[in-house]
Amino acid sequence: MTLRRHHDMGGLDAGPVEDSEHDYAMWEKRVDAIVKVLSTPERKLLSTDELRRGIEELGPGVYDELNYYERWISSATNILLEKGVVSVDELGRKMAEIEARWTADRENLASETRS
Amino acid sequence: MSTKKFNPGDSVRVREAYPPGHVRTPYFVRGCNGQIQQFVGSFANPEELAYGRDGKPEMQLYRVTFKQSDVWQGYQGPAADTLVIDIYEHWLEPIS
Amino acid sequence: MSHDHDHDHHQPHPYQPDIEDKPFSERMVMTQAIAELIVEKGIVSADELRQQIELMDSREPGLGAKLVARTWVDPDFKARVLADVNKASAELGIDTGDIPIMAIENTEDVHNVVVCTLCSCYPRMLIGLPPDWYKSRAYRSRTVREPRKVLEEFGTTIPDDVEVRVHDSTADLRYIVLPARPAGTEGWSEDKLAELITRDSMIGVSLAKSPNTI
Repeated sequence: MTLRRHHDMGGLDAGPVEDSEHDYAMWEKRVDAIVKVLSTPERKLLSTDELRRGIEELGPGVYDELNYYERWISSATNILLEKGVVSVDELGRKMAEIEARWTADRENLASETRS
Repeated sequence: MSTKKFNPGDSVRVREAYPPGHVRTPYFVRGCNGQIQQFVGSFANPEELAYGRDGKPEMQLYRVTFKQSDVWQGYQGPAADTLVIDIYEHWLEPIS
Repeated sequence: MSHDHDHDHHQPHPYQPDIEDKPFSERMVMTQAIAELIVEKGIVSADELRQQIELMDSREPGLGAKLVARTWVDPDFKARVLADVNKASAELGIDTGDIPIMAIENTEDVHNVVVCTLCSCYPRMLIGLPPDWYKSRAYRSRTVREPRKVLEEFGTTIPDDVEVRVHDSTADLRYIVLPARPAGTEGWSEDKLAELITRDSMIGVSLAKSPNTI
């Protein structure tokens, strides 16, 4: 009996390697930086191994739907919640605040462009 | 101080076990025969680090060479082509 | 599909503002939330986050090209690189951090190519963040099993009498390929040689550029 986990994909069939690359967006660099600063020896709030394990645990569907840094932030956030570094409540409130802020900023930008 | 079980040139087989969890021995090489190419060093065990534990005692890490034709049935390429994979000692068994 | 364009020297696009023309995604919001919370809680300073971004911005393939170019002209330096990339990089003023990087040398007999099938391990602290394709399902699945076909897709043909050696970086090591020095570059300066050394040649999907291309 063998179990191949979804991320463990060496040797599977796949299409051509697509010549895709992009300049990393600011939010992506921010994810990278968050992970790095939380994993310093002084803090040890998150390790690369925990991050990878968390990504592997996202499950096949989510793993494939999310892009690279979306997987990183999903995993990192789950681990920080598990450890109580942030609480679900404060994360929920903060996310709502940011969404409102960005929506308002976008509307202001749009109306400035119109006028 | 833990001692190394293997030396460069030793023939080894990758253990066939398929646990869930954070395993760094790829699926495709389990059960395959290879040869120790070099000893890399001792490192905390990533399988344990993945759960926030300290991963001690440290594990010995080796670079193991495999002939592609030993890993893939019907490998399309010259017989000399190889794969080199970094594998922890506890995933390797000696073969005579 | 061709891979003949080289991404090493193009100017980066301006940073996309967090508020983009497209709707922002849930994970962008999550990222911002985590960033703000860890700063508000005093876990990290905003400065430190910014400095970390700048640090990764400073790592790019040109640093690896500099290293490789010196190995081409200085055999003792090459020996030091083969022994310990991190230490040798420090000689050039490049701090590659704690994760060990190993150099693997292309020769007449062996062509090396690097992949991380399990995730996307890459010598970031020397040559910067990896391209999307390196992290793609297609590259991670196929390179270990049909490396020559994958190399063909990059326009690289390795003769049958040269061994193709695929390195799957599964553990704590990262790898950088030292591409072979092309013929016809005798007497070239290190700076000029570095222009031939592309990111893709340090991953192993390409050879160094030939002298008549620059």
